[in-house]
Amino acid sequence: MEFFRIKRTIPFMRYSLILNAISFISFGIAVAFLLTRGLNLSVDFTGGTVMEVRYPQAANLETIRDAIEKKGWGESQVQNFGTSRDVLIRLPLEKGTSSGQQADRVMQTLKTQDPAVELKRVEFVGPAVGEELAHDGLLALLMVVIGIMIYLAFRFEWKFSVAAIVANLHDVVLVIGMFAIFRWEFSLPVLAAVLAVLGYSVNESVIIFDRVREHFKKYRKMSTVEAIDSAITATISRTIITHGSTLCMTLAMYFFGGPALHYFALALTIGIIFGIYSSVFVAAAIAMYLGVKREDLVKPVKKEEEQQLVP
Amino acid sequence: MNRYPLWKYLIIGVALLLGAIYTAPNFFGESPAVQVSSGKPTIKVDTALMSRIESILKDAKLETDGIFFDTAGLSSTVRARFRDTDVQLQAKDAIQRALNPNPEDPAYIVALNLISNTPAWLKSLHALPMYLGLDLRGGVHFLLQVDMRAAVDKRLDTFSSDIRTLLREKNIRHAGITKSPTEIEIKFRDPETRARAEDLIRAQVGELSLREEGSGQELSLFASLTPAAQKEIQDNALKQNITTLHNRVNELGVAEPVIQQQGADRIVVQLPGVQDVARAKSLLGRTATLEIRMVDQEAMAAGGSGALTVPERKADGTVTPVPLKREVVVTGNQLNNASATIDGQTQRPAVSVRLDEAGGRAMRAITRDNIGKLMAIVLYEKGKGEAISVARIQGEFGNQFQITGNFTVQETTDLALLIRSGSLAAPMEIIEERTVGPSLGKENIERGFRSTLYGFAAIAVFMILYYRVFGLISVVSLSVNVMLLIALLSLLQATLTLPGIAAIALTLGMAIDANVLINERVREELRNGRNAQQAISEGYEKAFATILDSNVTTLIAGVALLTFGSGPVRGFAVVHCLGILTSIFSAVFVSRAIVNLVYGSRRKLQSISIGQIWRPTTTAAK
Repeated sequence: MEFFRIKRTIPFMRYSLILNAISFISFGIAVAFLLTRGLNLSVDFTGGTVMEVRYPQAANLETIRDAIEKKGWGESQVQNFGTSRDVLIRLPLEKGTSSGQQADRVMQTLKTQDPAVELKRVEFVGPAVGEELAHDGLLALLMVVIGIMIYLAFRFEWKFSVAAIVANLHDVVLVIGMFAIFRWEFSLPVLAAVLAVLGYSVNESVIIFDRVREHFKKYRKMSTVEAIDSAITATISRTIITHGSTLCMTLAMYFFGGPALHYFALALTIGIIFGIYSSVFVAAAIAMYLGVKREDLVKPVKKEEEQQLVP
Repeated sequence: MNRYPLWKYLIIGVALLLGAIYTAPNFFGESPAVQVSSGKPTIKVDTALMSRIESILKDAKLETDGIFFDTAGLSSTVRARFRDTDVQLQAKDAIQRALNPNPEDPAYIVALNLISNTPAWLKSLHALPMYLGLDLRGGVHFLLQVDMRAAVDKRLDTFSSDIRTLLREKNIRHAGITKSPTEIEIKFRDPETRARAEDLIRAQVGELSLREEGSGQELSLFASLTPAAQKEIQDNALKQNITTLHNRVNELGVAEPVIQQQGADRIVVQLPGVQDVARAKSLLGRTATLEIRMVDQEAMAAGGSGALTVPERKADGTVTPVPLKREVVVTGNQLNNASATIDGQTQRPAVSVRLDEAGGRAMRAITRDNIGKLMAIVLYEKGKGEAISVARIQGEFGNQFQITGNFTVQETTDLALLIRSGSLAAPMEIIEERTVGPSLGKENIERGFRSTLYGFAAIAVFMILYYRVFGLISVVSLSVNVMLLIALLSLLQATLTLPGIAAIALTLGMAIDANVLINERVREELRNGRNAQQAISEGYEKAFATILDSNVTTLIAGVALLTFGSGPVRGFAVVHCLGILTSIFSAVFVSRAIVNLVYGSRRKLQSISIGQIWRPTTTAAK
């Protein structure tokens, strides 16, 4: 069995302009949503209290909502979590009662309504901690970007390093943009997923660039565009099989991992799909626009030869 | 020919063996157990307690599967394992009754726990099951912020009253002492007095740095804490709060509490298995008090009771009642510090106690009039008093004195700690709280395991269909990867959380990349007309550089997450980073070793089973 019977090099770069235009537009949309609508940040970042409670039968969200609204804490959310029996309650920060006492009071109220209610989980995050976590998250993102750029610049060449980072940051923005557009909850695990995807997608670019270098060495007369096209063609079957396998895992997590892993798995899944796209079409194209040449990659040998040729 | 030298096989064999040994404990499951640990710093858990518990169980006709004595760090525990939870509960009651005759004031903590059924020979190799995080086993996690400014402020208060006393004793006239949150201002009328005061304070109070200001009649001296002193105060405040928290958590009967410093001014408290959060919170915030009172010696001699009688636990373990007088000489609020020391005159262990000015004054007055009489230091907790020291007054003393008695060095350390742990050094606030119920923990394990299993099964089926024998080899090496990862996690006792399980799944999904790279390369070499043996060695060789590159970038992301992440992110990052390392090893070396074993020694290898190789009629790339 072999899925990919590719007879000749696929001219990927021929479509690069139009695809890059699409990338550019979707990037713009993602940024616009991020700026205007913002992310639906979890209590990890905003501070506040989240409670998960379970009822023996389907929960009546309306009565729960009423009871909590009577407390007058401001904007709180009550929604089902996973099943109709599980309810997730989100409470805003309250000045004064900072140590999660809110949760105790909510439980008391809910117990008077239905004594069978069971508290499954409480998370309370103070405002200072939330800010710190957001700060650390951004710092981690920055470190990943810098680390990968240095490694790629050292391993390949600055043009590739810039191209790979731009392409993969474009993924990160698109994934986060999706979270903004659909108001999915952005929590710490989601941030971890996004950063893991960033590291993972760069792989893809690395593998393609590796091939480009190899083809530059092997086929001396090949032009840059041809080299890139043939490199992508040679690796496309691996790309799809590998990512297919990884997607098997993330989808298994999405469907069987329960609500706690829901958005985490979603971020990974979307991130991997964008990762394939950007490595194939965006990274290579940017390297091409930056004017990658054979000399950039197979420099040392080339130089010696030239020196000998010059009279 | 594709053969590995013997040493490579040996390395792989050893790695697999170690992997199997350290993964094994995770499969043995756990048995219900009762855990006994010390409830008070003055009470030691030792092997004598073990035999005592053994006889308690024998008397109660309860069968145990084994009693174990463990020492982890400073604390020791005795654990008894039971067949089922019924026996466990009965045993807990029996032990509780026998060890703690007074349930209001427990000397031992008797808690329910689970212990691993890992055989002893595995345990002796430090092979333990993975350490599960709170989200997998249920429990409470608190992050407490210590108010350091309050600690410093409290200390400055003491210094300002110290200075006041000092100046009065030496007859140095000042025009007022005022205290702001960061410094003490002392006003003077003339520079000579100020100079004398400055010399005096410098000589007597080393922790303060002094600064002169003003001119003419309006002279002042500003005293602030030196950075070193400030740091010491903060360190001590944190240490004292941790000690106090330890003592309080002990009362909750938690089997394996974690109380750790995090950063400069935070404390993490993790209480696995605790369900009553409200009680845990109220306990953590409680303040115990300490008092110093005179002993009612007349009542003592008559064998009667005084205005108040508290028990005293002697070094030999006996408990005697101590009648006390009604008046409180010094209260806990007037106590600043206590430390274990050696008495300068007798060279015997002693506890040095420091009081604030008001306490010092009261102490001076009472000791002057009562030389030769007995004085008691009483610790109040939950409204019950216990005399932790009864000592004879040797002479008049002030705000700094020593408690001497028949102490060993260990006892003075404990006593100082106990005095200090009476109250919190600085107020604390809960800034983060996570509670997970036990049912949710079980669900999380199940879900995490199930999704990993299903994902793995899907990948395995596909790989075997697509790459045949090479696919099977990939799956075997992927299984080795899981085993090594779990072994490593068990060995390091890294905390496994739900994001950690997700990271195992993700790492497997990513690790297959290396196998795919190799298999595709081998196919490509075959397509280019190499013979089977050449294709294998070329394929592995060429793929290796790429595998290394791609794993390095993933590892960079993982390390950044590990460095800057906290909580769930960290749990994810630890597993992710370890998984990348094990996946390189298993994908490259283990799978190659299997391929070599299967195909490597066949001299005339015509074809290898790696799925169908389709050869284009025209060559793909020129």
